[in-house]
Amino acid sequence: MVKEKNIIELHNITVSFDGETVLDDLDLSIRDGEFVTFLGASGCGKTTTLRVIAGFISPDHGDVFFDGVRINDLPPHKRQVNTIFQRYALFPHLNVFDNVAFGLKVAGMKKEQIKEKVEEMLELVNMKAFAQRKIHNLSGGQQQRVAIARALVNNPRVLLLDEPLAALDYKLRKDMQNELKRIQRQTGITFIFVTHDQEEALSMSDTVVVMNEGKIQQIGSPTKIYNEPENAFVADFIGESNIIDGVMLDDFKVRLDGRAFKCLDKGFAVNEPVDVVIRPEDVDIVPLEKGQLTGEVSSITFKGDYYEMIVDVCGFKWMVQATDEQFVGTKVGLVVEPDAIHIMKKSKYSGMFGDYSTFSTEMDEMEEEARLEEERLEEEAQEEQGNE
Amino acid sequence: MNKRAGTFSRGLLNTPYVVWSLIFILVPLFFVVYYSFFDLEGGGFTLEYIKVFFSDPMYIKAFGISLLYSVIATAISLVIAYPFAYFLSRKKPSSQSIQMVLIMLPMWMNMLVRTYSWANILELNGILNKFFSLFGAEPVMMLGTGGAVILGMVYNYLPYMILPIYTGMSKIEQPLLEAAEDLGCNGFQKLRRVIMPLSLSGVVSGIIMVFVPSISTFYISQKMSGGKVVLIGDIIETQIKEYWADGGLNRGAAMSLVLMVIILFCTFVMNRFTDEDEGGLLV
Repeated sequence: MVKEKNIIELHNITVSFDGETVLDDLDLSIRDGEFVTFLGASGCGKTTTLRVIAGFISPDHGDVFFDGVRINDLPPHKRQVNTIFQRYALFPHLNVFDNVAFGLKVAGMKKEQIKEKVEEMLELVNMKAFAQRKIHNLSGGQQQRVAIARALVNNPRVLLLDEPLAALDYKLRKDMQNELKRIQRQTGITFIFVTHDQEEALSMSDTVVVMNEGKIQQIGSPTKIYNEPENAFVADFIGESNIIDGVMLDDFKVRLDGRAFKCLDKGFAVNEPVDVVIRPEDVDIVPLEKGQLTGEVSSITFKGDYYEMIVDVCGFKWMVQATDEQFVGTKVGLVVEPDAIHIMKKSKYSGMFGDYSTFSTEMDEMEEEARLEEERLEEEAQEEQGNE
Repeated sequence: MNKRAGTFSRGLLNTPYVVWSLIFILVPLFFVVYYSFFDLEGGGFTLEYIKVFFSDPMYIKAFGISLLYSVIATAISLVIAYPFAYFLSRKKPSSQSIQMVLIMLPMWMNMLVRTYSWANILELNGILNKFFSLFGAEPVMMLGTGGAVILGMVYNYLPYMILPIYTGMSKIEQPLLEAAEDLGCNGFQKLRRVIMPLSLSGVVSGIIMVFVPSISTFYISQKMSGGKVVLIGDIIETQIKEYWADGGLNRGAAMSLVLMVIILFCTFVMNRFTDEDEGGLLV
């Protein structure tokens, strides 16, 4: 289905709002028929990129190409793309049928033809019985389907989806993921999907574009992104990762925590400092004396099909997922196979992620903020006392 | 027990409102109806006073002019307010509230004062004529014309047009407008297919809120035309003030009643446009 030809190309796109850079010299090519996902936390620039493609934002620098033609100055209504908006943005004054028919009416299509196409599209999203319903009488999932139909009926070359599943509950989201995937295969339309949910991105896409701070961190297939993250940010953002400082001793040989490990990576300079990624499910817990590394279990959480443990190895907190229960305080050995080790070059994200003292950077920041706030309040109280 | 206590206290809270509407709305309304049909001297039921409204050419003319002027004033207000409200609603929230205050600011002053000021501005030796004379123009008597009366109406009631339209406009979320563009609408199509239908109820409220006080005003016409333009409100005022004992109260009441019925009918017709089920009427 995916063709070799690029349908969309972004060259050196820079966008800033009020002096703050949102997209920083971004380059990206999207092939015709591809299911591409922009993945990143809020504020990473993924939605902005989508809006540049849709034409709602014109970049400060750089060019947008569609089918090889520069479309920087083409207004949104003339672009061959349609968008599914975050909160669907269905027209409240129109019923389901008229919402779906909207684009065709604007294009001046004949009435009978509109009826035929709209009904066909409502069939595709399983909403035919609701054609005469008012929008505010629909559930979130139904609104979602109407939004899909409203965009697809115009036969766009590219469909842009801005976190379309964010408002749905977990199970419905799973179903809609499958449905979107099915529709994409059936129609062959290029989908550009924006999400902050890494699981969603991995399970739906042909290609994942991981973004942070207005830059692309990595582009690749879901397996490549997961197995061979390019830097500490990607490793941490996609799934759970222990990221440990290491030194490349030689090809296929890395030293971490004072011990040499075999690995499958090469092409680094001798004694080059690197980031070592080890996924929690790839660490085996063994009796103390058999371990390559040793540590103490500092917490354990039952996750249903596995236990999630935090193991303190010389002050660095590893996350380990295993099916056997351990107890807090137990000293255990850890074993890591060569194929479980992935070596990354040092980046500006080195040292920021991959230690499981806390799970999120937000938690760290919140704690820091709380501490500062407490200090401030104390100071104020003291000042007040002084004034009295 | 709890429930009854709740109903009771709610009833208690309602009391001032009920008393208020009884004394200041229902009772006066009753008297208007009563004096329209019954003689002040106790002469019994009569349709004489209602008939006057439809038979005396002076009244018919005054009503015609009132209708014409208030329709023109409403139309001008709408033309000014609609684009204004749209662009205001698309600005960032901080500048929206500043501009809203600027619109409301004149309303903090008494309407009489504001109308007097306009009369001063338009006078033969008023500011406007003085300004024009700088360029060698002869002074023009602007006060006392129909245009001056309409200007007075528009100036005084424009905020009542802007406010409901602006409220309606600010409820139109930006993504809806983007969706319209995304689905192929150019500027005009976006206006016709999305903005207009979604702001219609605000427009209807605005029209009613400008039209009703305009058609029944008497003060603006007196001050802005110096008595040259006689509106139906002026006639009602004169009747009640000057010919109180001479059946003037009855005629005034009857005219008010007829005017009220006409306004109610207009309002009813206007509101039909915004009925939930007929929302698609204009689309």
